Amino acid sequence: MGFLSGIGRATLVFLAATGRLALFTARSLSHCVRPPYYPRLLVQQMREIGYNSLPVVGLTALFTGMVLALQSYTGFARFNASSAIATVVVLSITRELGPVMAGLMVAGRVGAAMAAEIGTMRVTEQVDALSTLSTNPYKYLVAPRILAGTLMLPCLVLVADIIGVFGGYVVSIYRLGFNPAAYLTSTAQYLETNDVVSGLVKAAAFGFIIALMGCYNGYHSKGGAQGVGAATTHAVVSASIMILMINYLLTGLFFS
Amino acid sequence: MSAATETPKIELTGVKKAFGPKKVLDGVDLSVAKGESFVIIGGSGTGKSVMLKSILGLLNPDAGTIKVDGEDTTHITGRARDRVMTKFGMLFQGGALFDSLPVWQNVAFGLIQGRGMRRAQARDIAIEKLAAVGLGSDVANLSPAELSGGMQKRVGLARAIATTPEIIFFDEPTTGLDPIMADVINDLIVKCVRDLGATALTITQDMASARKISDRIGMLYQGKLIWQGPTDSIDDSGNPYVDQFIHGRAEGPIQMQVKLG
Ligand SMILES: Nc1ncnc2c1ncn2[C@@H]1O[C@H](COP(=O)(O)OP(=O)(O)O)[C@@H](O)[C@H]1O
Ligand SMILES: [Mg+2]
Repeated sequence: MGFLSGIGRATLVFLAATGRLALFTARSLSHCVRPPYYPRLLVQQMREIGYNSLPVVGLTALFTGMVLALQSYTGFARFNASSAIATVVVLSITRELGPVMAGLMVAGRVGAAMAAEIGTMRVTEQVDALSTLSTNPYKYLVAPRILAGTLMLPCLVLVADIIGVFGGYVVSIYRLGFNPAAYLTSTAQYLETNDVVSGLVKAAAFGFIIALMGCYNGYHSKGGAQGVGAATTHAVVSASIMILMINYLLTGLFFS
Repeated sequence: MSAATETPKIELTGVKKAFGPKKVLDGVDLSVAKGESFVIIGGSGTGKSVMLKSILGLLNPDAGTIKVDGEDTTHITGRARDRVMTKFGMLFQGGALFDSLPVWQNVAFGLIQGRGMRRAQARDIAIEKLAAVGLGSDVANLSPAELSGGMQKRVGLARAIATTPEIIFFDEPTTGLDPIMADVINDLIVKCVRDLGATALTITQDMASARKISDRIGMLYQGKLIWQGPTDSIDDSGNPYVDQFIHGRAEGPIQMQVKLG
């Protein structure tokens, strides 16, 4: 009996949490589209999420592209299929690794910061203070972050795609001694618009998830510094797992 | 403030609020007249802040009704809530200043975001309100984190009065301040409330503060308002709970939850 009631309780807790998240999402979205808007805050968040994440995302993409070239060379050299490397690099980057790597890095950088900032505002009653000053916290705090996340992640991923392909190019030319012109031709040959677009759609979904989980966990944090710490961890972990899950689902949708 | 026929500014009837199994408010009845300064005393954790937050709609009471100017505001949301909120100003227990904004934008927040006032004009009003709480324009561009506790309380007060609210709530305005600064804040509260002609509801554990700023006092204990009366009657309330609290005695009907090892 203890075991069964344990399962029952866990299920109820899970359902309650899912319901809370769904409600939060619906509320946030409705405030994204209804005035008043806060363009100043949106721009500030776009700069924070997009521009300030460039170094991290760029470096990640660079080394990912480089290691892809190196690794597929050691694999393909046995089959004399070295020209396939360019294709492997560009397709892996644009379809999967660009969006996923950027998503995970931004989840760590921005999702954590959102949860910590909103969480601190919650436990120090700043969120309540917003309401008493006739300002809706969903509009003022959540909507700009969600919009900025959804808009900026595709931009970041586009940059990551370019840098990643460049990383693969550098390794192939200067380390593996390929012909630059032949490499570029192979890169372009098998790349289709769909590969890039699917990656950008994924990126938009990831940006939404990162901002949503950051805001949600921050908004519902309680109990002082420890609560804010827990909210930050939750925001990053749950966003990362959801990114990987959604990536799988979207890949199934786009490429089946 | 005579006429008993006049609609009370704030009226609570049978307000209940529990968090899980824990009953915090258990049927609070309270009526504050227009222009009155009401102070609620009570030990920490008795639900004083929960009561204020319920009136402000930050928490949803489980039962009972809350009326502001005779209008039932217990469960209103959205635009209707926003409209009622414009009547209120609140000084939070910990200040709750926005640490991402400079002092003047904190004070002007309700004017710029809530009322859509132009920034330059709002800034002038903010400087004026800062002066009203004894702060010079040199602090206007500082970040709240650069201010002392007493100064933060003053900025919080300036922010609460900036939109000239009809009702102001003060949540433990003197807690954590030295006695002299506490008295300065008390004087400011009395002055600001008088200047605005506002209705004030203050919660505090500080009896000196309570006596100084109140017209009437009520005591919250175990989720109910167990006593209320005019300020000068508090010393002969005939209520053992009130007596114990105002004299700060460990022995009496109020049992502190202290486990002895
Ligand atoms: N959001 C909340 N969730 C759960 N419990 C709460 C919440 N807010 C307050 N409480 C509990 O209600 C009780 C009263 O809190 P509060 O009103 O802050 O006390 P005080 O009288 O010191 O202001 C406390 O025991 C607190 O733990
Ligand atoms: Mg309190």
